[in-house]
Amino acid sequence: MGLPSLHRKPKTQRAKRALEKRDAKITENTKKCTFIRGGNTSETVTRALKELYILKKTSGIMMQRKNMMRPFEDRSQLEHFAKKNDSSLFLFGSHSKKRPHNLVFGRMFDFQVLDMVELGIDKFTSMYEIKNAKCMSGTKPCLVFSGDLFETEHEYKRLKNLMIDFFRGPVVPNIRLAGLEHVISITAINGKVLFRSYRVSMKKSGSKTPRVELQDIGPSMDLVLRRCHLASLDLYKQSMKKPKQLKPKKKKNIKHDVFGTKLGRIHMESQDLDKLQIRKVKALKRQKPSDVKKDAEVGVETKKAKTDDAAR
Amino acid sequence: MASQSQQHVVENVLKQAELQEKRFKTTEVDKALDVDLDLGNLLAVDPNPLSLKEFKQNRESFLTSLTRDNTQLLFNEIWKLPVERSDDVIIAKMPEPTTILPREKHVPKDKPMTRWEQYSKVKGIQKRKKSRKVWDEEQKKWVPRWGYGSKNDESRDWMMEIPDNADPYEDQFAKKRKEKRERVAKNEFQRLRNVARAQRLKIPGHGVKPKALSNKPEVNMAIHAAKQSTASIGKFERKLPKEPITKQMGKRRKFDPLCGDIKKEHSRELAILDSMNRKKPKMDVTRAVNKEIQETQASQQADKGDRRKGKSGKKTKISKKALPKTTKRKKGGNSKKTRRH
Repeated sequence: MGLPSLHRKPKTQRAKRALEKRDAKITENTKKCTFIRGGNTSETVTRALKELYILKKTSGIMMQRKNMMRPFEDRSQLEHFAKKNDSSLFLFGSHSKKRPHNLVFGRMFDFQVLDMVELGIDKFTSMYEIKNAKCMSGTKPCLVFSGDLFETEHEYKRLKNLMIDFFRGPVVPNIRLAGLEHVISITAINGKVLFRSYRVSMKKSGSKTPRVELQDIGPSMDLVLRRCHLASLDLYKQSMKKPKQLKPKKKKNIKHDVFGTKLGRIHMESQDLDKLQIRKVKALKRQKPSDVKKDAEVGVETKKAKTDDAAR
Repeated sequence: MASQSQQHVVENVLKQAELQEKRFKTTEVDKALDVDLDLGNLLAVDPNPLSLKEFKQNRESFLTSLTRDNTQLLFNEIWKLPVERSDDVIIAKMPEPTTILPREKHVPKDKPMTRWEQYSKVKGIQKRKKSRKVWDEEQKKWVPRWGYGSKNDESRDWMMEIPDNADPYEDQFAKKRKEKRERVAKNEFQRLRNVARAQRLKIPGHGVKPKALSNKPEVNMAIHAAKQSTASIGKFERKLPKEPITKQMGKRRKFDPLCGDIKKEHSRELAILDSMNRKKPKMDVTRAVNKEIQETQASQQADKGDRRKGKSGKKTKISKKALPKTTKRKKGGNSKKTRRH
């Protein structure tokens, strides 16, 4: 926001609520995704876009028209779409001779492109080709990442993070155990990234936990990592910053020892034990050894004096 | 004898256990490296290296079995979570997600308190919620406190008393409307001031804001004007190594020499006296023509507006630079942008 004259107050409560929804918040909304088609698309790419859109139906917006755009050269149009739709994820599909069946997965921070990864589709199987029962659109999927490439290579690590962000859906406090139907598995093997989608059927087992059996429902894609534009480390760190309100409050001065007992420290001022204000007990009074002898003698005499006086 | 029967019992138990094992498939999974589980995100990350041999033998079944194993591990952990029951539905309480993902938008900055908020905090004044409706004795019904049907609504006062000390010919309705406009403007000004304070922008208390320069020629003009605004009209200003000296920027003006051609001066002075003595006003042809053009165009637009009933005619705001100096700047209505010659 530049000049305050541009900052118009919303005139209706509905507009005010809509603006508040789009504001920066402490706990954020579910990330929305914009699905965009490029200037030239192939059938594979359009089908892939449509099916991924169905996966993300509740929090996804599909652009109807083709957009002549090159994400890796000019990001302004992407950012414009993100601002208009209030979406921080995007999936751009295009096709050209140099880059056939191209998908660009990306995410934004503050409506500026954070990460962009270009993947090429080698093989695509649509979910309509596999004839079996599917799961409901909008269920929160279980995500499985396999392969040591995701642990070793920097680009694959970021890709894993991006995929988690993309497919995880809304963050919920409770989940219905019977509703865990959908599993998305992304495997990195042999230089390729394999995307598979399964339906879970829970079978009886000897114990409380059910035996899991999977059935491929599609879409299934064999992807190849092409170009990527990853955010610099400091921008990435900035985007990960947690607001103070969400950080767990640290309780100070609590320690646990080996046995599990809770310990705390009390800090005292320095004390002079001689000058402590306590009840004075004469018996505990500290005396010099020379005085001890004198007292013993004096004590006898004084007693005698008293008795004499009393007698008078 | 007793030991034999004991043996039988033990054998039976073992047989039953074997049968059970064969009936149901196991939920246990063995992995070389532990699978990282993030239950908040329903995520399982398997760091184990994958055998290419098995993969090349039968791709899909390899992937399915791999995923099945990892999903089984994930489900085993999920089933250990605390569980609630409501009706027929079993709900597990999910923990917080452990994978750190980047945020969508930046962390909201703390807004500074407005002047009223600071004052109320110091004084300990609490906010009191006012009801929307107020009881109106006259109408004997609940009327909104502010807005459309309220007591202060403009549409209500069909008659107004003139106070004793006021001018009898003064328009009281107009006065009331003017005061309301002033109050609204004051409120808006204070709101904008609060917004500016929140964004920590520098706004001048009085006067005009400095102009925001939007393009290169504007910036050039501003630099040139700033350079010339010294006591010696920019003569001793420091220059960049290759900066050209521009004597005049913007509109070029030519001034005649103060004393030179006597005849020219003579004729000029007589012309001035002539125009002062003239009785009839001199017609400015360009001005008249422009006025005529504007009027015809305004009437044409009005006709167009009547034809399209739904749409309202677009009121274009003309910049003052676009209009030639001779035309009268009209408020409202539509006028064509004419180029300055």
